[in-house]
Amino acid sequence: MVIEIRNIFDGIGAFILFIFRFFKELFKPPLELKEFIKQCYVIGYKSLPLVAITGFIMGLVLTLQSRPTLAEFGAESWLPGMVALSLIREIAPVITALICAGKVASGIGAELGSMKVTEQIDAMEVSAINPFKYLVVTRILAATLMIPLLVVFADGIGIFGGFVGYNIHSELNIIRYNSLVFETLGFVDIFPATIKTFFFGFFIGTIGCYMGFTASNGTESVGKAANSAVVYASLAIFIIDMLAVQLTDLIF
Amino acid sequence: MKKQTPIIEIKGLFKSFGKDKDVLRGVNINVNKGENLVVLGKSGSGKSITIKCLVRLVEADKGEIKVFGTELTNLAEDELNQVRLRIGFLFQNGALYDSMSVRENLAFPLQRHRPEFTDTQINIAIEETLESVGLIEAIDKMPSELSGGMRKRVGLARTLILKPEILLYDEPTTGLDTITSREISELIISIQMKFKTTSIIITHDMACAKFTSNRIVILRDGVVYTEGTYQDLEQSEDQWVRSFFI
Repeated sequence: MVIEIRNIFDGIGAFILFIFRFFKELFKPPLELKEFIKQCYVIGYKSLPLVAITGFIMGLVLTLQSRPTLAEFGAESWLPGMVALSLIREIAPVITALICAGKVASGIGAELGSMKVTEQIDAMEVSAINPFKYLVVTRILAATLMIPLLVVFADGIGIFGGFVGYNIHSELNIIRYNSLVFETLGFVDIFPATIKTFFFGFFIGTIGCYMGFTASNGTESVGKAANSAVVYASLAIFIIDMLAVQLTDLIF
Repeated sequence: MKKQTPIIEIKGLFKSFGKDKDVLRGVNINVNKGENLVVLGKSGSGKSITIKCLVRLVEADKGEIKVFGTELTNLAEDELNQVRLRIGFLFQNGALYDSMSVRENLAFPLQRHRPEFTDTQINIAIEETLESVGLIEAIDKMPSELSGGMRKRVGLARTLILKPEILLYDEPTTGLDTITSREISELIISIQMKFKTTSIIITHDMACAKFTSNRIVILRDGVVYTEGTYQDLEQSEDQWVRSFFI
């Protein structure tokens, strides 16, 4: 029991040191711009179809599920605003981040884990190339920048899904629908929700990289790295979301 | 005859992994310039750890490691990298970067460390190096399309492209058939001749040891048990030493 608790604290300590190392290496040359752009493409562009489909379904389903209750109170006209508010403040950031935890964190964990097991990371180190800078810093930065963009994209697609859902039972043109959406939305709804997605992205990238980069030798550890990356990244998303909501509530 | 200054000096090297897991318990090895030193020993005797300590992939607990007369153990990262650039390391399975083609694998270290090279110069260097390991036809293949022997050759080409003065081979013939093993051993010799390199070769393959060694060191339980030429050790009176040569 004592050993297990000590292992947990050892793990947390090692993870914190890993984050410190990221910030230390971040400002060191070389810039690794080519690899960073490649990772932005892999993490951002290649996740677009998945995020688009889930974003659309989120908006559509939320509209269809909320309509009966609002209709009961004769408040159907609130539907576009309410759906947009729910999407932008909570649902789109969290669901998109969870999808990225599954796709991006596990992908990074498995990729770096297999590089570690097959000594590719060691090969980089002995040829005087900093593997942390080349592999870790670029991936964390790309995740930190791409996941907020994916969330904004999911917001937009989700609102469109809401429009489609609304028009299944009623009739409303897109201009009117959008004006109802933007009448409801304010700075307080968009700004904090977008800021927290940078933290989601940072932790998805960091946890994926940490799990892969510290994988022990043996093929079994590749699977473990990918699996742990998804589990811990998902957990981190919920914890960050809870903290962000509390903080937003205090400040605004 | 003038005594040669060793290019690699390892003195009293200790390494353990946790309590009661002493892998190296005071290893002393010297390697002279231009020499091919083969390190033999049973699995777990500390052969691979010794060469990993030599490039500080593994940090030694105690002891001295001098390469080119520079003590490595306390070097800062930048200084260490300057030494690493003069050392090539061939990993057991080649350790090729899976996401890059053979050409990109070879170009990667060159682009980093020879920024003055133009694309044409890089391509010429890649083609020349691949030709020296006899694999020019694989230039645009991905690592997944290569056989075990080809991966090792490409791995060797990647280490050679920076023209290292020292080469460390971690079990270069493991997992290969007899003919390919022989080809790799011949390649080690031809590289020694052509590039005047100094090498440490970790192996279990006695044919490779016989073919490539100028001198052999045998490790036992984390210390150097004995050393000598292949012929000396083959005729050793020590039963345990002779068991390697049966």
